[in-house]
Amino acid sequence: MANIEIERLIEQSSAATAAQGIQIDALDAQTMVVNMGPQHPSTHGVLRIVLELDGEVIVRATPHMGYVHTGIEKELEYQTYLKGVTLTDRMDYVSALINNAAYTLSIEKLLGIEPPPRGQCLRVMLMEMQRIASHLVWLGTHLLDIGAMTVFFYAFVQREKLLDMVEMMSGVRMMPSWIVPGGLRGDAPEGWFERGKDFCDGFPRAIDEIEALLNANPIFRERTQGVGILPAEECFGLGVGGPTLRAAGISYDIRKAIPYSGYENYSFEIPTGQYSDVYDRYRVRMAEMLQSREIIKQCIENMPDGPINVDDRKIVPPPRIEMDNSMEAVIHHFKLWTEGFHPPVGESYVPLESPKGEIGFYIVSDGSNRPWRAHQRPPCFMNLQALSRMCEGRLIADVVAVIGSIDIILGEIDR
Amino acid sequence: MTTEILETTNSDAAERIEVTKIRAAFPDAILDVNTFRGDTRILVRREQIVGICALLKQDLDLNYNYFVECLGVDYLDTKPDHRFEVVYNLYSLPYTLNGVRHGKNTRIFIKAAVPEDDPVVPSVVSIYPGASFPEREIFDMFGIRFAGHPDLRRILMSEDWIGHPQRKDYPLGGEKVRFPGNKYGPSVGDVPIAHAGESYFGKTGDFQGEKS
Repeated sequence: MANIEIERLIEQSSAATAAQGIQIDALDAQTMVVNMGPQHPSTHGVLRIVLELDGEVIVRATPHMGYVHTGIEKELEYQTYLKGVTLTDRMDYVSALINNAAYTLSIEKLLGIEPPPRGQCLRVMLMEMQRIASHLVWLGTHLLDIGAMTVFFYAFVQREKLLDMVEMMSGVRMMPSWIVPGGLRGDAPEGWFERGKDFCDGFPRAIDEIEALLNANPIFRERTQGVGILPAEECFGLGVGGPTLRAAGISYDIRKAIPYSGYENYSFEIPTGQYSDVYDRYRVRMAEMLQSREIIKQCIENMPDGPINVDDRKIVPPPRIEMDNSMEAVIHHFKLWTEGFHPPVGESYVPLESPKGEIGFYIVSDGSNRPWRAHQRPPCFMNLQALSRMCEGRLIADVVAVIGSIDIILGEIDR
Repeated sequence: MTTEILETTNSDAAERIEVTKIRAAFPDAILDVNTFRGDTRILVRREQIVGICALLKQDLDLNYNYFVECLGVDYLDTKPDHRFEVVYNLYSLPYTLNGVRHGKNTRIFIKAAVPEDDPVVPSVVSIYPGASFPEREIFDMFGIRFAGHPDLRRILMSEDWIGHPQRKDYPLGGEKVRFPGNKYGPSVGDVPIAHAGESYFGKTGDFQGEKS
């Protein structure tokens, strides 16, 4: 049995090897193949793109990925549900809290629980902070790629304020794992909301400063307007989502269409573009950051009192103070961190709006304390499929602008 | 504070329109319909998957215009007559374009049953171009081949990798990282060292050793 299995594997593997590589006619003088990456600074990680060129015009762009594949989906099958949350941070590492939330909401759907209002509100606030932080990273690196260095510093000043707040709450800047099944790992510390208010007050001015640098900048507009156009109809079949879809004029946001975590209670707009080019994607993301700030403001103003976690000791560990007095609490704590909880047999998927598009975890539970299969719907991975279509017929320099505009994070593409 | 967000129902609830339509167009395609926490999953024969996807996309009452993703699941021996399932996550995205409303804001999961001895599924790239990368990932991770895929090769693992790592019987464990000084390895053309470690059943040992 084992022999046949392995022989079959090798056979399939070698067939795949034969299919690998670019099939081009060496005698054809018309096209030339240029390798871009995997260490190219503008590829946002370790992405390799094989460009087939006719002069300087791109005939085809084939992305090759997998250089930072870490087998997170396989590893999730071996970790209890609570421990798995920490792995999800490492997928899309600039919006870690939204990954936490995606994994957590899927588990909570399996369990059939929902955190109390304060937990929901804190989650929304953290997710929106993370969305702004992710867009600011995109803004800084995208502009760095196409030759504007100043914006990077302007964007990262604001991002630091958000990361400081995340650090204040969780002790970690980028990988907080703070949203867990049942609620959050902890409540907001003293003075946290005041920091949030300060950020909200200063943020529109910072955006104005950046927009004053870019919106009417002739060099920036030359590089971005009319570049990387993808019509709305093509976005659908390709599974392209998020700001890239909204820049095509489609007013669609999962926070409005399928509200989760109480997003239906907040008022915000869905910014859309018109021409579906790199410039419109920039404008949509800038407007989205201001909308996220509106949501953060509403969260701070209407933050409910009360518990942040569900009152179920089988899912959420008891508070530290209880452990000193109660034997039950010690037992629950021990059982939760060693064995974990057992969701019912079933499969669940909850879509969320990540800064890049639709994110969600498809979790198959077999009733044990570990997921039988946990798969992330990777927004960057799906958006990357549109790269070739966006670059066709454009110049090499436009590839850099297009890669930046679809906001890819290789940690998520490769998982 | 534990509140039920969605009821757990079985198929006794009202049948969804998708099921009715698929049953009308492909009478023997549906193997099973499962509803859990409000999501409907339809298990179908893999031969019909392209036709079903085309129906779901083109029928104006269904209008599944958005391809969310597809993924593979290895059920090993927990299912009686097939080992793998390919899950197509389709969504009818609501939007307004030029004053016309499209989409129903509904989601459906179509599952194709794939037996172990013949892991081939027709590719849906012709219906949804976005299936290209996910199908390559399923091929890479599960060894399920997609007939008709224009460019079916590994996507995440290196091209000379042995085996399909997301299969449940593929061992998990540390890779033997060696620095052989360019004497062997993928760059020299030799066969790479397979993984050694723990399998799903807690078996430890050398993967290569299981060959004999």
